[in-house]
Amino acid sequence: MPRLTADARHRVRFELNGRMVEADAEPRMLLTDFLRYELGMTGTHVGCEHGVCGACTVEIDGVPARACLTLAVQAEGAKIRTVEGLAPAPGRLSVLQDAFRRHYALQCGFCTTGILISLDCYLRHHPNPAEAELREYLGGHLCRCTGYAPILAAALDAAEKLRETPANA
Amino acid sequence: MKPARFDYIRAGTLAEVHAALADGGDDARIIAGGQSLVPMLSMRVARPTLLIDIMHLPELAKIEVKDDALRVGAGVRQAALLAWPELIARQPLFSAALLWVGHAQTRSRGTVCGSIAHADPSAELPLALLALKGAVELSSHRNRRRVAAEDFFTGVMSTTRGDDELIEAVEIPCRTAGHGYAFKEFARRHGDFAIVACAAIARKDGVRLAIGGVADCPAARDFPDTDSSALDDALDRFASDLEARDDLHATADYRRALVRRLGRSTIEEARRCRA
Repeated sequence: MPRLTADARHRVRFELNGRMVEADAEPRMLLTDFLRYELGMTGTHVGCEHGVCGACTVEIDGVPARACLTLAVQAEGAKIRTVEGLAPAPGRLSVLQDAFRRHYALQCGFCTTGILISLDCYLRHHPNPAEAELREYLGGHLCRCTGYAPILAAALDAAEKLRETPANA
Repeated sequence: MKPARFDYIRAGTLAEVHAALADGGDDARIIAGGQSLVPMLSMRVARPTLLIDIMHLPELAKIEVKDDALRVGAGVRQAALLAWPELIARQPLFSAALLWVGHAQTRSRGTVCGSIAHADPSAELPLALLALKGAVELSSHRNRRRVAAEDFFTGVMSTTRGDDELIEAVEIPCRTAGHGYAFKEFARRHGDFAIVACAAIARKDGVRLAIGGVADCPAARDFPDTDSSALDDALDRFASDLEARDDLHATADYRRALVRRLGRSTIEEARRCRA
């Protein structure tokens, strides 16, 4: 039972967007700060920092989770996906990202990365979502620009396209 | 909004958890899903000097059915219990309450026992556990005991758990044939903390109503199966006995009104489900 001491930095390793990464963290470091400051992955945004706004949502071991409510040391050995892992190749958008662009589902973009990750997880397991369930699911995210309607439209559109050609996810 | 410093142990056995709790005293805290604890750390409302991570103990991540009760271990995430195919049939009230806990994005990490341990006055799971007369299984390096939900919650975020004790599991009684169950909540948005939440269990000869979000901890009361106006009077008395307070979210008057209205409709729904 290794005890990670409070005032030292400890090596943390996990899989990020398909490749192993590692850096040092004090036990108190949040996963948001670890991603942004230690790994330089600034796609994950920090909003309220207490789990309410959803901007920092990342995928941990296949499920959406608040990075701000996760300690970096808890992520040791996990599989994590962030918004940087969504695009299939440089210069190409995922089906969901493309739908967001076409439906103007973002304005300032601050909340967008968390919403994309959340919806990406959801659509993988729920290929045929009803609008009502998407509304409820999006309740876990705050967006102060769009009024949510274009986000819903983009999610429904992406779901339909993914049903036609799931390989494009 | 950054936590103060603490040591961190990723426990590999139950004995390690107990030893670390005994050693740490009230400066040690269990971290499971972290969905309640980490905000408190970040806001420095809680400043433990040791966190003990219990999420790598497979023996704690079990859902079992024992003696007409569900035994949900400390490592079981809310989403895992919600996805358990037998839940609705075994205990529909707990299933309904779980859907009101946070959002899908927090239920994915948050644990059932963690919410019980946190004992927020407006949280759904302590309320559901109390309504169902469930129990909490506590263990420490020195002993093991079982505490009824009615004796467990003592105030705002306070319970009878000792500093060296782990909530190893909670016991949720399974549904009884012929009883009806209902859960309703009023919050500003779905997923926010409840302004008032109600859980009702309708038996042949009466009804049990539990209320969260009003008093310092959830409260339950049993009513005989009376006529409509007698029930209104009983709900009036229950509402005024709960010592509602004004806060940022709602006035005490508003909360009492919700206890009467939402309480009544929860009871009615439970009666309809009684079959």
